Amino acid sequence: MSREPEVNQELAAGHGLKPDEYQRILDLLGRTPSFTELGIFSAMWNEHCSYKSSKKWLRTLPTTGPQVICGPGENAGVVDIGDGQAVVFKMESHNHPSYIEPYQGAATGVGGILRDVFTMGARPIAAMNSLSFGAPDHPKTRSLVAGVVAGIGGYGNCFGVPTVGGEVRFHAAYNGNCLVNAFAAGLADADKIFYSAASGVGMPVVYLGAKTGRDGVGGATMASAEFSDDAEEKRPTVQVGDPFTEKRLLEACLELMASGAVISIQDMGAAGLTCSAVEMGDKGGLGVELDLDAVPCREDAMTAYEMMLSESQERMLMVLRPEKEDVARAIFDKWDLDFAVVGQTIAEDRFLIRHGGETKGDLPLKALSGTAPEYDRPWVETPAAAPLGDVPDCDPAADLLALMGTPNLCSRAWVWRQYDHMVMADTVVRPGSDAAVVRVHGTAKALAFTSDVTPRYCKTNPVEGGKQAVAEAYRNLSATGARPLATTDNLNFGNPERPAVMGQFVGCIQGIGAACSALGMPVVSGNVSLYNETNAQAILPTPTIGAVGLLESLEQMIPMAPGAGDTLVLIGETKGHLGQSAWAWELHGRDEGDAPPVDLDAERRAGDLIRSLKARDLITAAHDLSDGGLAIAAAEMAIASGTGVTLEQAPGLGPAAWFFGEDQGRYLVGCADPDAVVAAAKEAGLAARTVGAMGGDQIILGDTALPLATLAEAHCTGFARLMGEA
Amino acid sequence: MKSAVIVFPGSNCDRDMGVALTQATGREAQMVWHKDAALPQGLDMIALPGGFSFGDYLRCGAIAARAPIMRAVVDFAKRGGLVLGVCNGFQILIETGLLPGALMRNQTLKFICSDVHLSVETTRSPFTSAYGNRRVITVPIAHHDGAYIADDATLDRLEAEDRIAFRYVSAEGQPTADANPNGAARNIAGILSENRRVLGMMPHPERLADPALGGTDGAALFASLAAALEAA
Repeated sequence: MSREPEVNQELAAGHGLKPDEYQRILDLLGRTPSFTELGIFSAMWNEHCSYKSSKKWLRTLPTTGPQVICGPGENAGVVDIGDGQAVVFKMESHNHPSYIEPYQGAATGVGGILRDVFTMGARPIAAMNSLSFGAPDHPKTRSLVAGVVAGIGGYGNCFGVPTVGGEVRFHAAYNGNCLVNAFAAGLADADKIFYSAASGVGMPVVYLGAKTGRDGVGGATMASAEFSDDAEEKRPTVQVGDPFTEKRLLEACLELMASGAVISIQDMGAAGLTCSAVEMGDKGGLGVELDLDAVPCREDAMTAYEMMLSESQERMLMVLRPEKEDVARAIFDKWDLDFAVVGQTIAEDRFLIRHGGETKGDLPLKALSGTAPEYDRPWVETPAAAPLGDVPDCDPAADLLALMGTPNLCSRAWVWRQYDHMVMADTVVRPGSDAAVVRVHGTAKALAFTSDVTPRYCKTNPVEGGKQAVAEAYRNLSATGARPLATTDNLNFGNPERPAVMGQFVGCIQGIGAACSALGMPVVSGNVSLYNETNAQAILPTPTIGAVGLLESLEQMIPMAPGAGDTLVLIGETKGHLGQSAWAWELHGRDEGDAPPVDLDAERRAGDLIRSLKARDLITAAHDLSDGGLAIAAAEMAIASGTGVTLEQAPGLGPAAWFFGEDQGRYLVGCADPDAVVAAAKEAGLAARTVGAMGGDQIILGDTALPLATLAEAHCTGFARLMGEA
Repeated sequence: MKSAVIVFPGSNCDRDMGVALTQATGREAQMVWHKDAALPQGLDMIALPGGFSFGDYLRCGAIAARAPIMRAVVDFAKRGGLVLGVCNGFQILIETGLLPGALMRNQTLKFICSDVHLSVETTRSPFTSAYGNRRVITVPIAHHDGAYIADDATLDRLEAEDRIAFRYVSAEGQPTADANPNGAARNIAGILSENRRVLGMMPHPERLADPALGGTDGAALFASLAAALEAA
């Protein structure tokens, strides 16, 4: 065995521990930690695992509601969907690994989030991904897009979960830090949810799944630091995924849970064996003793340090009922998975690690997570934006054609055609609509899924931007007819030690909290990714909101495509807000003005109105207005239905403000009786007006026009053009 | 009709196939584990489902073709039993030698999940009889390795013997290069065995056999099977 390095402040610094944090360890133990113990502290106390900069603010988020079965703190959130069933979901980032090694980084991000869901006893039924890349012409962008998309597909397709939605955006602020946020949702019986808290003394701690290798050692610590130009040298800290093993692990875990053998279970994600063992002990008020000689290893001569910090994928730790050991062993054998008793629960508050006849670690277990540092980082409020100056001229049809082919607004079919979005044969609404809809297998119910955020709003006005991310998710769910249930948040920001960045974080949390409360969509799970900076260039603040809604029956579902001859009614107030709009930014390179304000009360009434219009059979289609405003929404409906559309110019507003303004809280609906729709909106206290009709083969905007076929061609080929394939 | 779906580690369309068979036949399809040495008694039909059996390691379908149950499946086919292989199931049938040719990586080198138009090239089979006069149908594909190839003599023979079950075609029914999603030889999407009782196809009929999922063009394949077995 190689000699262990001497533990001192310098070595601690190399583990990402600040001098005061190292001192805290010395004070806690009353001695110098061993090398393995230092590794354990660095794993438990890094930003990724400890949330030390964000905790104070995360506590302010609404996390409860009558529908919430389990909020944040477990592997994933659990929400009641009636009939004794629950949806289990979470979103998590894999940003740093994906930038370093796009295929494996993204693949293992998908693997990690799927494990979070099935660890709770749920069978995954849907996945989504929110992806942010650098400028389309940046030399790394194409290879990152190609690698990340292939990695997500490679993992999800093989595992057999439909990838049904997500987002892709491009902005130079992500040049040195792409974002890969992976969402997964699963289905479980509400009374058969599995948690991580161990119970009972002397119970066997069982290791299940792939063997432990040296991959990913120190990954969580890497993910808690800024990048500089040497990012690629960190490639060995990225793990390698094996979706085939994960699929077997899923089936074995669900069989094992059904057998009654599982007391508690925790997946080995960031910081592997360390985090999972501490979590199970801590939540159960127990100590844990591990015998590392029993850990199945892929490589020779692994040290205790390496085993405790390995992030090898597709591994689970569980506490099993000893009398069921034979049942458990038969299931593991059936699926040809490695299985070993690697320790036991103990009554004392200790985390004992033995290896090769030596004690490599002996730490107070509760203190490992309980005394992790927590910071109230200084922050400054984001200054108010100057108003948008003179608005350039606008030719609505020409501008629409240009916008619909831009990297940020063109069709994402190039991406989702690489994802199996139909496996499990329950995908009712495929990617490319407001929200994807997946049937609850064997029932009349369905779940709607969306992920949303508009980072340029969040940068300009974090509070309104935070609200808007939730409001847009609410609208996307409502536009499909679903009743929004709850959210998961994946908060991606720069270096929290810089007060301006911390101010963005605080502002976004305030906005998200306000919106989640007002719209009745509590946050039930989430993840924080900080230090998304390269050479001190921070990303745009990107608090991705993943949201889930319920359709009691498919009859409540609203399509996005209206029929030819349908009248279009615009619901919600249009003031013509062009600040931070896609039109100003994409076509004129202007990121000026304030973000559009969000009226949460009006949002809620508008969502309720859409559902009630459907229940009263007054609408044939609905689509939410977001980036690019009215013209883009109408164009997307036209392309989806294969029918032209005519929109009139409203009096009192310029063409840019009317067609491309991004006022919030608006929907475009198709209907046969516009008077009835307008009257219903008035009753709900909402503005509504007839703005046009479907028909023909032209897109007519005021007194400008272009053929639908031309627009569809630009929209559909945009992504291939950006990838250099068309 | 008594049907079974063989489940390999990594199969992920096994449930979908079971649902489609159960719906079409009114009798629950049985799931059979790959490590079993024998098939259930009295089977009329076996399906090899889509997915990534054994992770697609070595070569798609290669390891599954050597699973213990496959000896019984091959015997069943040789005795004239009906066998349907979809996607990974088609790859496995080719690896067992029950069907000729090979399935190569898609020409685009990318995984493709999309609805495609297929022409029903023959209704003279227990899998396609119910398509009647319907020539062009819509069924999804979802694969990375689905480009069917064989030598010209084999392709000529398949055509001469009316053993091409489906081709990729345009909406108008033409087997154009644009309509060919993966670069398959002669736009071939599915083929029959010599006795016409084994069908391998890359598209997934089980995914569009339910109106809620956006189409029912896959349902006639299962209806054909049910009818064939009732008649027998």
